[in-house]
Amino acid sequence: MTESSSPKPTTRRAFLRGAAAAGVGAAATSAAAATPDPLITEVQPWAQGFGDPVDETPYGLPIRFESDVIRRNVEWLTADTISSINFTPIHALDGTITPQGCAFERHHSGAIELAKEDYRLMINGLVDTPLVFTYADLERFPRENHVYFCECAANSGMEWAGAQLNGAQFTHGMIHNMEYTGVPLRTLLQEVGYQTAGKWVYVEGADASSNGRSIPMEKALDDVLVAFKANGEALRKEHGYPVRLVVPGWEGNMWIKWLRRIEVSDAPVESREETSKYTDVLEDGTARKWTWAMDAKSVITSPSPQSPITHGPGPLVISGLAWSGRGAITRVDVSTDGGKSWQIARLAKPGEKMALSRFYLDIDWDGSEMLLQARAMDDTGYVQPTKNQLREVRGLNSIYHNNGIQTWWVRTTGEAENVEVS
Amino acid sequence: MSKYLETAALLAATCLISAPALAGDFGLGRPALPEEIAAWNLDVRPDGTGLPAGSGDVATGEAIFAERCASCHGDFAEGVGNWPKLAGGEGTLADPDPVKTVGSYWPYLSTTWDYINRSMPFGDAQSLEADEVYAITAYILYSNYLVDDDFVLSNETFGDVQMPNADGFIIDDRAETEYPKFTGEPCMQDCKDEVEITMRARVLDVTPQTEEDAATAEPVEEAAEAVVQEVAEAAPAPDPELVAQGEKVFRKCKACHQVGEKAKNRVGPHLNGIVGRAAGSVEGFRYSTPLLERAEQGLVWTPEELTAFLASPKKYLKGTKMSFNGLRKDADLEAINAYLSTFTE
Repeated sequence: MTESSSPKPTTRRAFLRGAAAAGVGAAATSAAAATPDPLITEVQPWAQGFGDPVDETPYGLPIRFESDVIRRNVEWLTADTISSINFTPIHALDGTITPQGCAFERHHSGAIELAKEDYRLMINGLVDTPLVFTYADLERFPRENHVYFCECAANSGMEWAGAQLNGAQFTHGMIHNMEYTGVPLRTLLQEVGYQTAGKWVYVEGADASSNGRSIPMEKALDDVLVAFKANGEALRKEHGYPVRLVVPGWEGNMWIKWLRRIEVSDAPVESREETSKYTDVLEDGTARKWTWAMDAKSVITSPSPQSPITHGPGPLVISGLAWSGRGAITRVDVSTDGGKSWQIARLAKPGEKMALSRFYLDIDWDGSEMLLQARAMDDTGYVQPTKNQLREVRGLNSIYHNNGIQTWWVRTTGEAENVEVS
Repeated sequence: MSKYLETAALLAATCLISAPALAGDFGLGRPALPEEIAAWNLDVRPDGTGLPAGSGDVATGEAIFAERCASCHGDFAEGVGNWPKLAGGEGTLADPDPVKTVGSYWPYLSTTWDYINRSMPFGDAQSLEADEVYAITAYILYSNYLVDDDFVLSNETFGDVQMPNADGFIIDDRAETEYPKFTGEPCMQDCKDEVEITMRARVLDVTPQTEEDAATAEPVEEAAEAVVQEVAEAAPAPDPELVAQGEKVFRKCKACHQVGEKAKNRVGPHLNGIVGRAAGSVEGFRYSTPLLERAEQGLVWTPEELTAFLASPKKYLKGTKMSFNGLRKDADLEAINAYLSTFTE
């Protein structure tokens, strides 16, 4: 087997083994070859025999060399994996769309199997006529397509008190970004005839956790989608098949999976998920509630601890993601010196509202240490704060909504580590 | 909140007027029946709207709690391991590590009642009667020293309970406290004189390792696996269909028990090698006293004993910590035995 067929190293130890073999640190990326490359001069098996026929895998998975690009969880975080979360491998992805198969999962009572034929959506409460819709009914309403990010409010939550997890997947991987197909909630609310006394909708899932959240009517009528497709295909079981709610820009907990009921009411329910959880304790012990919007945030996905530099000095692509729950990303700045100076990064395309933006900074790395940071700005004029700026306002006990600037310490070897700087 | 009667009346009235008007612009969907709304419309609001009639006292709640809740939440609602603490923590919200419980943090009693009613016990949701929910809620209040031991919680006394942290919440004020601070043209050059690393993640070393790392660290594992493989092959293989069936049945057990390569003790002991294992022999697990007594008498988990235990845990072993009501069907019992027999130590 040739070297190129092994999966790429993902950990520090694996990286060091690989680095030693490849002689990382020696500059010369364009050095002349001493001997002819057998990959070129010798006929390789793949150039001689057959590959797989069509139908080998009726529904394809990534090639085996990419088998390390998977969701991972942090075992000590939760008591078990039924009510738990795992993380998107953002360090190994590019572009902005998250493939469903590696998009993070968060369940409160496990991912249930709910068939389309068994699916019912009830809308009741302050409406002219409480109605029940089947899946087939939903498919007959005019539908829309939108790309939105879904970020768990607890993304980066483990980093409130300081640098803790060593990898972008673990510090920032409670996020995914998909193209959704669905019916605007507004359409369904009009269908049942929502009454003007209805100031809130309570949305609830069909799984045993009965996860439910109260959403103000203004948002419900604005851009909330009742979605049944993601990235062109049916939602995955773990993301709420057959129907989930999409609440653009707002915390992932409100994106009710296996959506089964919408109740129009004059007041919020104050459910467990909007009182005991998803509220933010401030320094004096009071807590903020209804902190729904996800503020602008960014992270460099490569280089990062799980995605070190393996090629030595010379051309280096610094790449990352930026997003805002309050609008579109307008600019991302990158610092290589821990925030002393900044350069404007290149957005792969103009930012879209409540969707991930991909940014790049193409540099000529001289092989010296870097303290890499990214700083996002959105179209409200908001500038992503440092973690310390957030702590000055909120103290150390908030778990949710940590959108502070992340720092990666890149060493001369190309390895990177999650650190905090003064 | 159930507005059962009101909705029923409204529905009857609208039905009489004209059917097409019911379905709005697209005419899709069908009217929800009162029984259907009653079945799903269970949420309870802070003012008690949605509470059914019923009541429960602290002592009854304590007994139900011990049986249905304590394996995760502890006998005194203090929480086991990583599972939620429901009691204590009063006065800690401004401390470095606040303890957020029903007593110290939850602003509304309705939330506790509603959550227990719709989502608990974990793995057996919506199995409690209204009176049981009242009783458990009363016991949780008692565990937080919020009511006396003779307290009876009912839909009528519900409004009398004062939650200590009811006024502890403010509505999102980021627009005033943060956005003005974090808006404007940011600094691009000479933004600070010096930069020092103040904290490193690697020092803590709590990041999960990949399989590759684990393999490098413990090459011994492979050899051990080979031995396990041999043993497994020596025993007659169970019917694969039965095993698959058993895997489905095992979903009921998963909340507390693990099997397989990475199985660890959780609420219950790991079950690798359980079939044929001496009872009470998993290291590091705290068994109930009755189980340890039976273990001392030489109990071995043969398929027969396991079947008897799982059919009715509490009858088989009075005082067991396992808060599971049992598998009713013989087919399920046979399947779970077959499934568990595929996991060797």
